[in-house]
Amino acid sequence: MTSANPVTPGVPPKSVKGAARSGAVARPGAESVEAHGWLHAHKWLLLRRASQLGILALFLVGPWLGLWIIKGNLSSSLLLGVLPLTDPYLLLQSVAAGQLPYKEGLLGGGIVLAFYLLLGGRLFCSWVCPVNIVTDAAAWLRRRLGIKGGRVPSEYTRYWLLGMTLVASALTGSIAWEWVNPVSMLHRGLIFGFGLSWGIVAAVFLYDLLMASRGWCGHVCPVGAFYGLLGKTALIRVTADKRSKCNDCMDCFAVCPEPQVIRPALKAVGQPHPVILDQDCTSCGRCIDVCSKQVFRLTTRFDRSES
Amino acid sequence: MTAQTNRPTDDKAVQARRRFLKEMAGAAGGACMLALGVGLYGAEASARPAMAIRPPGALPEADFLAACVRCGLCVRDCPFDTLKLARLGDNVATGTPYFEARAVPCEMCDDIPCVAACPTGALDRSLSNIGDARMGLAVLIDQETCLNFLGLRCDVCYRVCPVIDKAITLELVHNPRSDRHAMLLPTVHSEHCTGCGKCERACVLPEAAIRVLPHKLAQGKPAEHYRKGWAEREAAGGSLIGEQQQLPMRGLEGREYGDTRVAPDYVPPAVAPAGPGGIDSGWKP
Repeated sequence: MTSANPVTPGVPPKSVKGAARSGAVARPGAESVEAHGWLHAHKWLLLRRASQLGILALFLVGPWLGLWIIKGNLSSSLLLGVLPLTDPYLLLQSVAAGQLPYKEGLLGGGIVLAFYLLLGGRLFCSWVCPVNIVTDAAAWLRRRLGIKGGRVPSEYTRYWLLGMTLVASALTGSIAWEWVNPVSMLHRGLIFGFGLSWGIVAAVFLYDLLMASRGWCGHVCPVGAFYGLLGKTALIRVTADKRSKCNDCMDCFAVCPEPQVIRPALKAVGQPHPVILDQDCTSCGRCIDVCSKQVFRLTTRFDRSES
Repeated sequence: MTAQTNRPTDDKAVQARRRFLKEMAGAAGGACMLALGVGLYGAEASARPAMAIRPPGALPEADFLAACVRCGLCVRDCPFDTLKLARLGDNVATGTPYFEARAVPCEMCDDIPCVAACPTGALDRSLSNIGDARMGLAVLIDQETCLNFLGLRCDVCYRVCPVIDKAITLELVHNPRSDRHAMLLPTVHSEHCTGCGKCERACVLPEAAIRVLPHKLAQGKPAEHYRKGWAEREAAGGSLIGEQQQLPMRGLEGREYGDTRVAPDYVPPAVAPAGPGGIDSGWKP
């Protein structure tokens, strides 16, 4: 693999696939590591892992050490013994199935809803959800092994599935997605014990590795779709404010779990400003890390400046 | 491709629209298939007779699966580690709380912390007295191995019952095997049994002869049109069809008409000592 070999200047690859074929994005971020050092080129990734593992640790110190900061799991929990937090998507399915939760449940759902509505829905996906580590690992391995092919389902699949799980909940009278939901299976498994649930997590890993690049989180998962809908007004956004410096190395496209969100901002397609406003952007910040030209920056949706 | 683009209607917009519709059809089809699979799996999985004994106050199984978000807060607030969350493969809806009475029974806390912890109402807070809980129903399921049914005095299930003498009573019956002893049969009464499972936990046999089962498995249901003559008579303050002529019954003179029972405190009239000979020749234990 000719990792540090940048694409010939002036001849940018036409697509991610083309870039991958030329070997430029098998190790995205290599240039950035060279230019700014390993730590700087992994800053947001490390922060994100710290957030994901830190949140998991908060849930685990209870059962492991008897230190009860937060009880329960991502489906519903009680913070410091007073603050209820509940997954609003679960509540929605529960209501569709014909059950109205108690006010603690509704309050908890409201708090979570308000948080993600304000800051950005898919922050959940990249900063909290434990499955992100699994699918990131699959994507990393897929790039390293140079696995091509498979069939990626349409990115709209998740929104249809979101609707269909609500219909299925209503028809079966049970919280439908919880029968298979890898997010809760993994998180609950880590805290309360796995049983055979690891099989579902392994299936997601293998699906992303062998069958569909970024298939699960970016195309299928209805939980992500739900939080995506909350992200229409997200405050925290990535901007490509130094887009004039872009050298078309394609590294950002290669690492981005939702590559379609970058183009409008980076190449000014259909919008004049450089802020990535697409609801599918998870604000993971990986594009910021891997860009050797430091084109990207984390900011608010109102900061439309360009430099 | 070129042949298509030459057609007059195949301008760019039409192509884009076609592509979009095709993608949407694919997305919708895929999502419907996956949702259908999940729905069918869920319907099948929840149609299985639930073997799980749910925490106190749990809604009926169908409603429970709609209300429980599988968060485990009830598990965390159970002071005796009775409750656990089902794992995939446990044959109980994954992530929902249940307990195995034979391992750890419910201690029937007065303040019912598991119910208080539930944020969704899957455990119903209208349950304020733990004695009203109906987690399941104890059933003396194996009369062939139960020691009391063999005529021995084990009584352990009866002794440990938190609702002793109401939920489980010992019913005295004649032991037909020895023909001269009594059997004290542990008998569960559904109007008092909470399904806590202490009896199942305490059964001294390698496999419990008394077990807590979900009501759906443990109980029949009387037909609504059935009328019990004795109950109707008591309610009406007398027979509904007038007094019946009572014919004397040999050996039961002086007893109520039709009463052939042997009361616990029944002392048989002294029998005159039998003379030598005859069937009973004066055997002594």
